[in-house]
Amino acid sequence: MNLDLQTALTVFVLSVLVGFEVISKVPTTLHTPLMSGANSIHGVVVIGAMLIASTAHDVLGYVLAFVAVAFGAMNVVGGYVVTDRMLHMFRARGDGSRQRSTDTKTTSEAKG
Amino acid sequence: MGTVVRYVFLAAAACFVIGLHLMNSPRTARRGNTLSAAAMAVAIAATVVLVVHDGTITTTGWLVLVLGAAFGSGVGLYTARTVQMTAMPQLVSVFNAVGGGAAALLAIDDIVLALHPGVLGARSTVPGALDILIGGVTFSGSVIAAGKLQGIVPSRPIVFPGARPLNLALAVLFVSSAGWLVADPGSTAAVVVLTLAALAFGTTMVLPIGGADMPVVISLLNAFTGTAVGMAGFVLDESALIIAGALVGASGGILTKLMADAMNRSITGIILGGFGTGDTGPAAGADANDRVRSVSLDDVAIQLAYAAKVIVVPGYGLAAAQAQHELGELAEILEEHGVDVSYAIHPVAGRMPGHMNVLLAEANVPYPQLKEMEEVNPEFPHADVALVIGANDVTNPAARRPGNAISGMPILDVDRAKSVIVIKRSMGHGYAGIDNELYTDPKTGMLFMDAKKGVAELKAAVRTFVGA
Repeated sequence: MNLDLQTALTVFVLSVLVGFEVISKVPTTLHTPLMSGANSIHGVVVIGAMLIASTAHDVLGYVLAFVAVAFGAMNVVGGYVVTDRMLHMFRARGDGSRQRSTDTKTTSEAKG
Repeated sequence: MGTVVRYVFLAAAACFVIGLHLMNSPRTARRGNTLSAAAMAVAIAATVVLVVHDGTITTTGWLVLVLGAAFGSGVGLYTARTVQMTAMPQLVSVFNAVGGGAAALLAIDDIVLALHPGVLGARSTVPGALDILIGGVTFSGSVIAAGKLQGIVPSRPIVFPGARPLNLALAVLFVSSAGWLVADPGSTAAVVVLTLAALAFGTTMVLPIGGADMPVVISLLNAFTGTAVGMAGFVLDESALIIAGALVGASGGILTKLMADAMNRSITGIILGGFGTGDTGPAAGADANDRVRSVSLDDVAIQLAYAAKVIVVPGYGLAAAQAQHELGELAEILEEHGVDVSYAIHPVAGRMPGHMNVLLAEANVPYPQLKEMEEVNPEFPHADVALVIGANDVTNPAARRPGNAISGMPILDVDRAKSVIVIKRSMGHGYAGIDNELYTDPKTGMLFMDAKKGVAELKAAVRTFVGA
Protein backbone atom coordinates (compact mmCIF):
# COMPACT_ATOMS: atom_id res chain seq x y z
CA MET A 1 0.00 0.00 0.00
CA ASN A 2 1.69 3.14 -1.17
CA LEU A 3 0.06 6.17 0.34
CA ASP A 4 0.07 9.09 -1.99
CA LEU A 5 1.11 12.38 -0.44
CA GLN A 6 -2.44 13.72 -0.47
CA THR A 7 -3.82 10.71 1.41
CA ALA A 8 -0.95 10.80 3.89
CA LEU A 9 -1.56 14.50 4.55
CA THR A 10 -5.28 13.86 4.99
CA VAL A 11 -4.56 11.15 7.53
CA PHE A 12 -2.13 13.45 9.34
CA VAL A 13 -4.46 16.44 9.52
CA LEU A 14 -7.47 14.38 10.61
CA SER A 15 -5.39 12.63 13.27
CA VAL A 16 -4.25 15.96 14.67
CA LEU A 17 -7.89 17.05 14.91
CA VAL A 18 -8.92 13.78 16.57
CA GLY A 19 -6.01 14.23 18.97
CA PHE A 20 -7.14 17.76 19.90
CA GLU A 21 -10.69 16.56 20.43
CA VAL A 22 -9.82 13.55 22.58
CA ILE A 23 -7.07 15.14 24.62
CA SER A 24 -8.75 18.42 25.47
CA LYS A 25 -11.16 16.38 27.64
CA VAL A 26 -8.41 14.99 29.85
CA PRO A 27 -8.49 16.60 33.33
CA THR A 28 -5.35 18.35 34.63
CA THR A 29 -5.10 15.71 37.35
CA LEU A 30 -4.04 13.25 34.67
CA HIS A 31 -1.79 15.47 32.56
CA THR A 32 1.45 13.79 33.62
CA PRO A 33 0.20 10.25 32.87
CA LEU A 34 -1.32 11.63 29.64
CA MET A 35 2.02 12.98 28.53
CA SER A 36 3.89 9.84 29.42
CA GLY A 37 1.16 7.73 27.81
CA ALA A 38 1.39 9.82 24.65
CA ASN A 39 5.13 9.34 24.89
CA SER A 40 4.69 5.58 24.77
CA ILE A 41 2.47 5.97 21.72
CA HIS A 42 5.18 7.77 19.79
CA GLY A 43 7.29 4.73 20.61
CA VAL A 44 5.47 3.28 17.57
CA VAL A 45 8.54 4.63 15.79
CA VAL A 46 10.06 1.26 16.79
CA ILE A 47 8.05 -0.28 13.94
CA GLY A 48 9.86 1.94 11.49
CA ALA A 49 13.15 1.03 13.14
CA MET A 50 12.36 -2.68 12.72
CA LEU A 51 11.59 -2.13 9.05
CA ILE A 52 14.94 -0.43 8.45
CA ALA A 53 16.68 -3.28 10.28
CA SER A 54 15.03 -5.65 7.82
CA THR A 55 16.57 -3.91 4.82
CA ALA A 56 19.97 -3.07 6.31
CA HIS A 57 22.89 -4.71 4.53
CA ASP A 58 26.00 -2.73 5.50
CA VAL A 59 27.70 -1.53 8.68
CA LEU A 60 26.16 1.95 8.64
CA GLY A 61 22.72 0.45 8.12
CA TYR A 62 23.18 -1.98 11.00
CA VAL A 63 24.44 0.72 13.36
CA LEU A 64 21.56 3.08 12.52
CA ALA A 65 19.06 0.23 12.87
CA PHE A 66 20.51 -0.89 16.20
CA VAL A 67 20.35 2.58 17.74
CA ALA A 68 16.88 3.26 16.32
CA VAL A 69 15.49 -0.08 17.55
CA ALA A 70 17.06 0.37 21.00
CA PHE A 71 15.69 3.94 21.27
CA GLY A 72 12.24 2.87 20.11
CA ALA A 73 12.10 -0.17 22.41
CA MET A 74 13.17 1.92 25.39
CA ASN A 75 10.49 4.45 24.54
CA VAL A 76 7.71 1.85 24.24
CA VAL A 77 8.56 -0.37 27.21
CA GLY A 78 9.61 2.37 29.62
CA GLY A 79 6.72 4.62 28.64
CA TYR A 80 3.94 2.10 29.18
CA VAL A 81 5.41 0.69 32.39
CA VAL A 82 5.90 4.07 34.05
CA THR A 83 2.45 5.28 32.96
CA ASP A 84 0.88 2.18 34.46
CA ARG A 85 2.86 2.69 37.66
CA MET A 86 1.61 6.26 37.95
CA LEU A 87 -2.02 5.45 37.19
CA HIS A 88 -1.92 2.68 39.76
CA MET A 89 -1.36 5.36 42.43
CA PHE A 90 -4.52 7.30 41.60
CA ARG A 91 -7.29 6.07 43.84
CA ALA A 92 -10.63 7.54 44.85
CA ARG A 93 -11.45 8.23 48.48
CA GLY A 94 -12.00 5.10 50.52
CA ASP A 95 -10.36 2.57 48.22
CA GLY A 96 -7.27 2.33 50.34
CA SER A 97 -8.95 2.66 53.74
CA ARG A 98 -11.57 0.07 52.82
CA GLN A 99 -8.71 -2.22 51.98
CA ARG A 100 -7.14 -1.46 55.33
CA SER A 101 -10.34 -2.00 57.35
CA THR A 102 -11.00 -5.31 55.59
CA ASP A 103 -7.48 -6.31 56.53
CA THR A 104 -8.10 -5.41 60.16
CA LYS A 105 -11.37 -7.29 60.14
CA THR A 106 -9.72 -10.38 58.75
CA THR A 107 -7.03 -10.15 61.39
CA SER A 108 -9.53 -9.74 64.23
CA GLU A 109 -11.64 -12.55 62.87
CA ALA A 110 -8.60 -14.70 62.73
CA LYS A 111 -7.84 -13.78 66.31
CA GLY A 112 -11.41 -14.51 67.45
CA MET B 1 0.46 -10.31 3.86
CA GLY B 2 1.45 -6.66 3.71
CA THR B 3 -2.20 -5.64 3.46
CA VAL B 4 -3.20 -7.70 6.49
CA VAL B 5 -0.41 -6.13 8.53
CA ARG B 6 -1.56 -2.65 7.47
CA TYR B 7 -5.05 -3.43 8.75
CA VAL B 8 -3.54 -4.55 12.04
CA PHE B 9 -1.70 -1.21 12.18
CA LEU B 10 -4.96 0.63 11.55
CA ALA B 11 -6.66 -1.28 14.38
CA ALA B 12 -3.72 -0.47 16.65
CA ALA B 13 -3.97 3.23 15.78
CA ALA B 14 -7.69 3.14 16.62
CA CYS B 15 -6.83 1.56 19.99
CA PHE B 16 -4.32 4.37 20.66
CA VAL B 17 -7.12 6.90 20.20
CA ILE B 18 -9.52 4.94 22.42
CA GLY B 19 -6.74 4.51 24.99
CA LEU B 20 -6.19 8.27 25.10
CA HIS B 21 -9.94 8.79 25.32
CA LEU B 22 -10.11 6.55 28.41
CA MET B 23 -7.54 8.86 30.01
CA ASN B 24 -10.29 11.42 30.64
CA SER B 25 -11.12 9.86 34.00
CA PRO B 26 -8.81 8.40 36.65
CA ARG B 27 -11.19 5.42 36.92
CA THR B 28 -10.68 4.30 33.34
CA ALA B 29 -7.21 5.68 32.66
CA ARG B 30 -5.33 2.55 33.62
CA ARG B 31 -7.50 0.43 31.32
CA GLY B 32 -6.79 2.93 28.53
CA ASN B 33 -3.07 2.60 29.00
CA THR B 34 -3.29 -1.20 29.02
CA LEU B 35 -5.35 -1.14 25.82
CA SER B 36 -2.83 1.13 24.18
CA ALA B 37 0.08 -1.09 25.31
CA ALA B 38 -1.68 -4.22 24.04
CA ALA B 39 -2.30 -2.56 20.68
CA MET B 40 1.38 -1.63 20.51
CA ALA B 41 2.41 -5.22 21.29
CA VAL B 42 0.15 -6.54 18.52
CA ALA B 43 1.49 -3.96 16.06
CA ILE B 44 5.07 -4.95 16.89
CA ALA B 45 4.24 -8.67 16.53
CA ALA B 46 2.64 -7.91 13.16
CA THR B 47 5.81 -6.10 12.10
CA VAL B 48 7.87 -9.18 13.01
CA VAL B 49 5.56 -11.26 10.81
CA LEU B 50 5.97 -8.73 8.01
CA VAL B 51 9.76 -8.77 8.33
CA VAL B 52 9.83 -12.58 8.21
CA HIS B 53 7.46 -12.60 5.25
CA ASP B 54 9.47 -10.04 3.28
CA GLY B 55 12.54 -12.19 3.81
CA THR B 56 14.99 -9.36 3.00
CA ILE B 57 16.46 -9.35 6.50
CA THR B 58 19.95 -10.83 6.93
CA THR B 59 21.13 -12.88 9.91
CA THR B 60 23.10 -9.88 11.14
CA GLY B 61 19.90 -7.88 10.72
CA TRP B 62 18.06 -10.24 13.08
CA LEU B 63 20.90 -10.03 15.56
CA VAL B 64 20.82 -6.22 15.43
CA LEU B 65 17.05 -6.26 15.84
CA VAL B 66 17.00 -8.63 18.81
CA LEU B 67 19.97 -7.08 20.60
CA GLY B 68 18.69 -3.54 20.07
CA ALA B 69 15.21 -4.45 21.30
CA ALA B 70 16.57 -6.34 24.32
CA PHE B 71 18.94 -3.53 25.26
CA GLY B 72 16.34 -0.77 24.82
CA SER B 73 13.59 -2.68 26.63
CA GLY B 74 15.94 -3.54 29.49
CA VAL B 75 16.98 0.07 30.03
CA GLY B 76 13.40 1.29 29.64
CA LEU B 77 12.00 -1.28 32.06
CA TYR B 78 14.65 -0.64 34.68
CA THR B 79 14.30 3.14 34.65
CA ALA B 80 10.49 2.98 34.57
CA ARG B 81 10.42 0.68 37.59
CA THR B 82 12.95 2.56 39.69
CA VAL B 83 12.37 6.24 38.86
CA GLN B 84 11.27 8.52 41.70
CA MET B 85 8.01 10.35 41.00
CA THR B 86 9.81 13.67 41.53
CA ALA B 87 12.07 12.67 38.63
CA MET B 88 9.22 12.00 36.17
CA PRO B 89 9.91 15.14 34.11
CA GLN B 90 13.49 13.96 33.46
CA LEU B 91 12.27 10.52 32.42
CA VAL B 92 9.66 11.96 30.08
CA SER B 93 12.37 14.18 28.58
CA VAL B 94 14.61 11.17 28.05
CA PHE B 95 11.75 9.33 26.31
CA ASN B 96 11.17 12.42 24.17
CA ALA B 97 14.87 12.39 23.30
CA VAL B 98 14.96 8.73 22.26
CA GLY B 99 11.65 8.98 20.37
CA GLY B 100 12.77 12.06 18.45
CA GLY B 101 16.23 10.57 17.94
CA ALA B 102 14.82 7.34 16.54
CA ALA B 103 12.53 9.29 14.19
CA ALA B 104 15.48 11.33 12.90
CA LEU B 105 17.55 8.16 12.42
CA LEU B 106 14.80 6.63 10.27
CA ALA B 107 14.94 9.54 7.86
CA ILE B 108 18.75 9.61 7.86
CA ASP B 109 18.81 5.91 7.08
CA ASP B 110 16.17 6.28 4.41
CA ILE B 111 17.90 9.14 2.63
CA VAL B 112 21.52 8.04 2.99
CA LEU B 113 20.90 4.42 2.10
CA ALA B 114 18.19 5.29 -0.44
CA LEU B 115 15.76 2.70 0.78
CA HIS B 116 13.20 3.71 -1.81
CA PRO B 117 15.35 4.89 -4.72
CA GLY B 118 12.29 4.92 -6.95
CA VAL B 119 10.24 7.38 -4.94
CA LEU B 120 13.00 9.75 -3.84
CA GLY B 121 12.25 13.31 -4.74
CA ALA B 122 10.20 16.00 -3.09
CA ARG B 123 7.68 13.32 -2.10
CA SER B 124 10.09 11.78 0.39
CA THR B 125 12.76 14.38 0.99
CA VAL B 126 10.59 17.24 2.24
CA PRO B 127 9.16 15.20 5.14
CA GLY B 128 12.58 13.55 5.44
CA ALA B 129 14.33 16.88 5.92
CA LEU B 130 11.64 17.99 8.39
CA ASP B 131 11.98 14.70 10.25
CA ILE B 132 15.75 15.08 10.64
CA LEU B 133 15.37 18.72 11.62
CA ILE B 134 12.59 18.28 14.21
CA GLY B 135 13.92 14.95 15.47
CA GLY B 136 17.43 16.37 15.88
CA VAL B 137 16.22 19.48 17.70
CA THR B 138 14.05 17.30 19.97
CA PHE B 139 16.90 14.92 20.72
CA SER B 140 19.48 17.46 21.82
CA GLY B 141 16.88 19.79 23.37
CA SER B 142 15.39 16.99 25.46
CA VAL B 143 18.80 15.77 26.59
CA ILE B 144 19.64 19.30 27.80
CA ALA B 145 16.20 19.65 29.43
CA ALA B 146 16.65 16.33 31.25
CA GLY B 147 20.13 17.44 32.34
CA LYS B 148 18.73 20.69 33.70
CA LEU B 149 15.94 18.90 35.57
CA GLN B 150 18.39 16.39 37.01
CA GLY B 151 20.77 19.18 38.02
CA ILE B 152 23.62 17.98 35.77
CA VAL B 153 23.25 21.10 33.66
CA PRO B 154 22.59 24.27 35.73
CA SER B 155 18.86 25.00 35.70
CA ARG B 156 19.40 28.75 35.61
CA PRO B 157 19.14 30.29 32.15
CA ILE B 158 22.52 29.96 30.47
CA VAL B 159 23.08 32.91 28.22
CA PHE B 160 26.27 33.69 26.38
CA PRO B 161 27.24 36.64 24.22
CA GLY B 162 26.36 36.16 20.59
CA ALA B 163 23.68 33.57 21.31
CA ARG B 164 21.14 35.31 19.12
CA PRO B 165 23.36 35.67 16.03
CA LEU B 166 24.44 32.04 16.55
CA ASN B 167 20.83 30.85 16.62
CA LEU B 168 20.09 32.88 13.54
CA ALA B 169 23.11 31.38 11.77
CA LEU B 170 22.00 27.88 12.74
CA ALA B 171 18.50 28.57 11.48
CA VAL B 172 19.89 29.77 8.15
CA LEU B 173 22.13 26.71 8.04
CA PHE B 174 19.36 24.19 8.55
CA VAL B 175 16.95 25.89 6.20
CA SER B 176 19.59 25.99 3.48
CA SER B 177 20.75 22.41 4.05
CA ALA B 178 17.14 21.25 3.99
CA GLY B 179 16.76 23.08 0.66
CA TRP B 180 19.96 21.48 -0.57
CA LEU B 181 18.62 18.04 0.38
CA VAL B 182 15.39 18.61 -1.52
CA ALA B 183 17.31 19.85 -4.57
CA ASP B 184 19.77 16.96 -4.41
CA PRO B 185 17.95 13.99 -2.81
CA GLY B 186 20.25 11.43 -1.32
CA SER B 187 23.11 13.87 -0.71
CA THR B 188 24.98 12.54 2.33
CA ALA B 189 26.76 15.85 2.92
CA ALA B 190 23.44 17.70 3.14
CA VAL B 191 22.14 15.14 5.64
CA VAL B 192 25.23 15.54 7.81
CA VAL B 193 25.06 19.35 7.81
CA LEU B 194 21.32 19.28 8.51
CA THR B 195 21.71 16.82 11.39
CA LEU B 196 24.50 18.79 13.03
CA ALA B 197 22.68 22.10 12.63
CA ALA B 198 19.52 20.60 14.16
CA LEU B 199 21.42 19.14 17.12
CA ALA B 200 23.21 22.44 17.76
CA PHE B 201 19.97 24.40 17.49
CA GLY B 202 18.22 22.13 20.01
CA THR B 203 21.03 22.76 22.46
CA THR B 204 21.14 26.53 22.08
CA MET B 205 17.34 26.66 22.20
CA VAL B 206 16.99 24.97 25.60
CA LEU B 207 20.14 26.22 27.40
CA PRO B 208 18.84 29.79 27.95
CA ILE B 209 15.48 28.57 29.34
CA GLY B 210 15.14 28.68 33.13
CA GLY B 211 13.84 26.05 35.54
CA ALA B 212 10.41 27.66 35.99
CA ASP B 213 9.64 27.35 32.30
CA MET B 214 10.35 23.62 32.21
CA PRO B 215 6.67 22.55 32.05
CA VAL B 216 6.31 24.50 28.81
CA VAL B 217 9.59 23.23 27.38
CA ILE B 218 8.79 19.58 28.09
CA SER B 219 5.35 19.91 26.53
CA LEU B 220 6.78 21.64 23.49
CA LEU B 221 9.48 18.99 23.01
CA ASN B 222 6.75 16.36 23.39
CA ALA B 223 4.83 18.00 20.56
CA PHE B 224 8.03 18.10 18.47
CA THR B 225 8.67 14.39 19.03
CA GLY B 226 5.16 13.55 17.90
CA THR B 227 5.59 15.66 14.77
CA ALA B 228 8.97 14.06 14.02
CA VAL B 229 7.43 10.59 14.31
CA GLY B 230 4.61 11.70 12.02
CA MET B 231 7.18 12.89 9.46
CA ALA B 232 8.97 9.54 9.75
CA GLY B 233 5.61 7.99 8.84
CA PHE B 234 5.55 10.07 5.64
CA VAL B 235 9.09 8.97 4.79
CA LEU B 236 8.45 5.27 5.39
CA ASP B 237 4.90 5.29 4.04
CA GLU B 238 3.52 3.99 7.31
CA SER B 239 0.14 5.37 8.31
CA ALA B 240 0.50 3.93 11.84
CA LEU B 241 3.43 6.29 12.44
CA ILE B 242 1.58 9.22 10.86
CA ILE B 243 -1.49 8.72 13.07
CA ALA B 244 0.44 8.10 16.30
CA GLY B 245 2.77 11.02 15.63
CA ALA B 246 -0.14 13.36 14.92
CA LEU B 247 -1.91 12.30 18.14
CA VAL B 248 1.17 13.00 20.23
CA GLY B 249 1.82 16.24 18.40
CA ALA B 250 -1.72 17.37 19.22
CA SER B 251 -1.40 16.34 22.86
CA GLY B 252 1.94 18.11 23.27
CA GLY B 253 0.52 21.18 21.53
CA ILE B 254 -2.49 21.39 23.86
CA LEU B 255 -0.35 20.96 26.96
CA THR B 256 2.12 23.58 25.74
CA LYS B 257 -0.68 26.09 25.28
CA LEU B 258 -2.23 25.28 28.69
CA MET B 259 1.10 25.66 30.46
CA ALA B 260 2.00 28.90 28.71
CA ASP B 261 -1.47 30.33 29.48
CA ALA B 262 -1.17 29.31 33.13
CA MET B 263 2.04 31.31 33.35
CA ASN B 264 0.65 34.13 31.24
CA ARG B 265 3.60 33.88 28.90
CA SER B 266 3.88 33.48 25.16
CA ILE B 267 5.58 30.39 23.80
CA THR B 268 7.85 32.48 21.59
CA GLY B 269 8.74 34.62 24.63
CA ILE B 270 9.89 31.54 26.52
CA ILE B 271 11.90 30.16 23.61
CA LEU B 272 13.60 33.47 22.98
CA GLY B 273 14.32 33.74 26.70
CA GLY B 274 12.08 36.05 28.69
CA PHE B 275 12.27 37.30 32.23
CA GLY B 276 15.10 36.01 34.38
CA THR B 277 14.08 32.71 35.84
CA GLY B 278 16.73 31.84 38.37
CA ASP B 279 15.97 29.21 41.01
CA THR B 280 16.19 31.57 43.97
CA GLY B 281 15.65 35.27 44.04
CA PRO B 282 17.28 37.70 46.46
CA ALA B 283 15.74 37.94 49.94
CA ALA B 284 13.10 40.60 50.38
CA GLY B 285 13.91 43.96 51.93
CA ALA B 286 13.76 44.61 55.66
CA ASP B 287 10.51 46.56 55.53
CA ALA B 288 8.68 43.56 54.10
CA ASN B 289 9.99 41.47 56.99
CA ASP B 290 8.71 44.00 59.51
CA ARG B 291 5.16 43.77 58.32
CA VAL B 292 4.82 39.99 58.25
CA ARG B 293 3.22 38.15 61.13
CA SER B 294 5.22 35.14 62.23
CA VAL B 295 3.22 32.38 63.94
CA SER B 296 4.23 29.46 66.12
CA LEU B 297 3.76 25.79 65.31
CA ASP B 298 1.15 25.33 68.06
CA ASP B 299 -0.92 28.28 66.77
CA VAL B 300 -1.06 26.65 63.37
CA ALA B 301 -1.90 23.23 64.81
CA ILE B 302 -4.82 24.68 66.81
CA GLN B 303 -6.14 26.58 63.80
CA LEU B 304 -6.04 23.46 61.66
CA ALA B 305 -7.58 21.20 64.30
CA TYR B 306 -10.52 23.56 64.88
CA ALA B 307 -11.16 24.43 61.24
CA ALA B 308 -14.15 23.05 59.37
CA LYS B 309 -12.58 23.44 55.95
CA VAL B 310 -8.89 23.50 55.04
CA ILE B 311 -7.50 24.03 51.54
CA VAL B 312 -3.89 23.02 51.07
CA VAL B 313 -1.94 24.86 48.36
CA PRO B 314 1.09 22.76 47.47
CA GLY B 315 3.90 24.00 45.24
CA TYR B 316 7.08 22.53 43.90
CA GLY B 317 8.89 23.46 47.13
CA LEU B 318 6.84 20.73 48.82
CA ALA B 319 8.05 18.10 46.39
CA ALA B 320 11.61 19.40 46.47
CA ALA B 321 11.60 18.90 50.25
CA GLN B 322 9.98 15.45 49.77
CA ALA B 323 7.28 16.49 52.25
CA GLN B 324 4.29 15.17 50.30
CA HIS B 325 4.03 11.97 52.36
CA GLU B 326 3.98 13.88 55.66
CA LEU B 327 1.38 16.20 54.17
CA GLY B 328 -0.80 13.26 53.15
CA GLU B 329 -0.63 11.90 56.70
CA LEU B 330 -1.40 15.30 58.24
CA ALA B 331 -4.46 15.57 56.00
CA GLU B 332 -5.56 12.09 56.97
CA ILE B 333 -5.42 12.97 60.70
CA LEU B 334 -7.45 16.14 60.06
CA GLU B 335 -9.99 14.22 58.00
CA GLU B 336 -10.45 11.62 60.72
CA HIS B 337 -11.10 14.55 63.05
CA GLY B 338 -13.88 15.72 60.74
CA VAL B 339 -12.06 18.52 58.91
CA ASP B 340 -12.84 18.87 55.20
CA VAL B 341 -9.45 18.86 53.44
CA SER B 342 -8.85 19.53 49.75
CA TYR B 343 -5.88 20.53 47.62
CA ALA B 344 -5.74 23.51 45.28
CA ILE B 345 -3.44 22.66 42.40
CA HIS B 346 -2.20 25.37 40.06
CA PRO B 347 -1.59 24.09 36.51
CA VAL B 348 2.13 24.86 36.72
CA ALA B 349 2.72 23.37 40.18
CA GLY B 350 5.66 21.05 39.59
CA ARG B 351 8.07 20.58 36.74
CA MET B 352 5.70 19.19 34.12
CA PRO B 353 1.96 19.38 33.43
CA GLY B 354 0.03 17.66 36.23
CA HIS B 355 3.19 16.76 38.14
CA MET B 356 1.87 17.79 41.58
CA ASN B 357 -1.16 15.50 41.19
CA VAL B 358 1.09 12.50 40.64
CA LEU B 359 3.24 13.39 43.65
CA LEU B 360 0.17 13.68 45.89
CA ALA B 361 -1.37 10.52 44.46
CA GLU B 362 1.86 8.76 45.37
CA ALA B 363 1.42 10.08 48.93
CA ASN B 364 -1.99 8.32 49.01
CA VAL B 365 -4.08 11.47 48.61
CA PRO B 366 -7.39 10.42 46.98
CA TYR B 367 -7.77 12.14 43.59
CA PRO B 368 -11.26 13.60 44.25
CA GLN B 369 -9.54 15.88 46.79
CA LEU B 370 -7.21 17.27 44.10
CA LYS B 371 -8.98 20.37 42.78
CA GLU B 372 -8.17 22.31 39.64
CA MET B 373 -7.77 26.07 39.80
CA GLU B 374 -11.17 26.99 38.27
CA GLU B 375 -12.89 24.48 40.52
CA VAL B 376 -11.27 25.51 43.79
CA ASN B 377 -11.12 29.30 43.48
CA PRO B 378 -14.81 29.83 44.40
CA GLU B 379 -14.24 27.65 47.47
CA PHE B 380 -11.54 29.81 49.07
CA PRO B 381 -13.99 32.27 50.74
CA HIS B 382 -15.54 29.30 52.57
CA ALA B 383 -12.20 27.94 53.76
CA ASP B 384 -11.25 28.55 57.39
CA VAL B 385 -7.58 27.97 56.68
CA ALA B 386 -5.56 28.00 53.46
CA LEU B 387 -2.27 26.22 54.06
CA VAL B 388 0.36 27.26 51.51
CA ILE B 389 3.42 25.01 51.30
CA GLY B 390 6.16 25.64 48.79
CA ALA B 391 4.01 27.72 46.43
CA ASN B 392 4.80 31.38 45.84
CA ASP B 393 4.10 33.34 42.66
CA VAL B 394 0.85 31.44 41.94
CA THR B 395 -0.63 32.84 45.17
CA ASN B 396 0.46 36.47 44.73
CA PRO B 397 -2.57 38.80 44.56
CA ALA B 398 -0.37 41.32 42.71
CA ALA B 399 -1.14 39.31 39.57
CA ARG B 400 -4.62 40.87 39.54
CA ARG B 401 -3.11 44.35 39.10
CA PRO B 402 -1.39 45.52 35.94
CA GLY B 403 2.18 46.73 35.89
CA ASN B 404 4.30 43.98 37.40
CA ALA B 405 6.13 40.83 36.32
CA ILE B 406 3.20 38.49 36.94
CA SER B 407 0.29 40.75 35.93
CA GLY B 408 -2.50 38.76 34.33
CA MET B 409 -1.16 35.39 35.44
CA PRO B 410 -4.04 33.20 36.64
CA ILE B 411 -3.60 32.69 40.40
CA LEU B 412 -5.19 30.74 43.22
CA ASP B 413 -7.40 33.07 45.30
CA VAL B 414 -5.68 32.12 48.54
CA ASP B 415 -6.06 35.65 49.97
CA ARG B 416 -9.86 35.18 49.99
CA ALA B 417 -9.67 32.44 52.62
CA LYS B 418 -10.61 33.44 56.20
CA SER B 419 -7.08 32.74 57.40
CA VAL B 420 -3.86 31.93 55.57
CA ILE B 421 -0.84 29.98 56.83
CA VAL B 422 2.34 29.95 54.77
CA ILE B 423 5.09 27.44 55.55
CA LYS B 424 8.29 28.82 54.08
CA ARG B 425 11.94 28.85 55.01
CA SER B 426 12.55 32.56 54.45
CA MET B 427 11.07 35.59 52.74
CA GLY B 428 12.86 34.59 49.51
CA HIS B 429 11.26 35.40 46.19
CA GLY B 430 9.69 33.03 43.69
CA TYR B 431 10.79 32.77 40.06
CA ALA B 432 9.26 36.10 39.15
CA GLY B 433 11.55 37.83 41.66
CA ILE B 434 8.91 40.09 43.21
CA ASP B 435 7.48 40.43 46.74
CA ASN B 436 4.45 38.27 47.46
CA GLU B 437 1.73 40.57 48.80
CA LEU B 438 -0.01 37.59 50.35
CA TYR B 439 2.72 37.44 53.02
CA THR B 440 2.06 40.95 54.26
CA ASP B 441 -1.72 40.46 54.37
CA PRO B 442 -2.90 40.94 58.02
CA LYS B 443 -4.70 37.58 58.04
CA THR B 444 -1.61 35.69 56.89
CA GLY B 445 0.59 33.91 59.43
CA MET B 446 4.07 32.87 58.37
CA LEU B 447 5.57 29.67 59.77
CA PHE B 448 9.26 29.97 58.96
CA MET B 449 10.36 26.35 58.65
CA ASP B 450 11.62 23.81 56.16
CA ALA B 451 8.56 22.21 54.46
CA LYS B 452 9.32 18.64 55.49
CA LYS B 453 10.28 19.45 59.09
CA GLY B 454 7.39 21.89 59.42
CA VAL B 455 4.72 19.50 58.16
CA ALA B 456 6.11 16.61 60.23
CA GLU B 457 6.07 18.65 63.46
CA LEU B 458 2.67 20.05 62.58
CA LYS B 459 1.41 16.50 62.19
CA ALA B 460 2.67 15.61 65.67
CA ALA B 461 1.19 18.77 67.20
CA VAL B 462 -2.21 18.29 65.55
CA ARG B 463 -2.25 14.69 66.72
CA THR B 464 -1.78 15.88 70.33
CA PHE B 465 -4.66 18.35 70.02
CA VAL B 466 -7.15 15.96 68.49
CA GLY B 467 -6.03 13.18 70.79
CA ALA B 468 -5.56 10.72 67.97
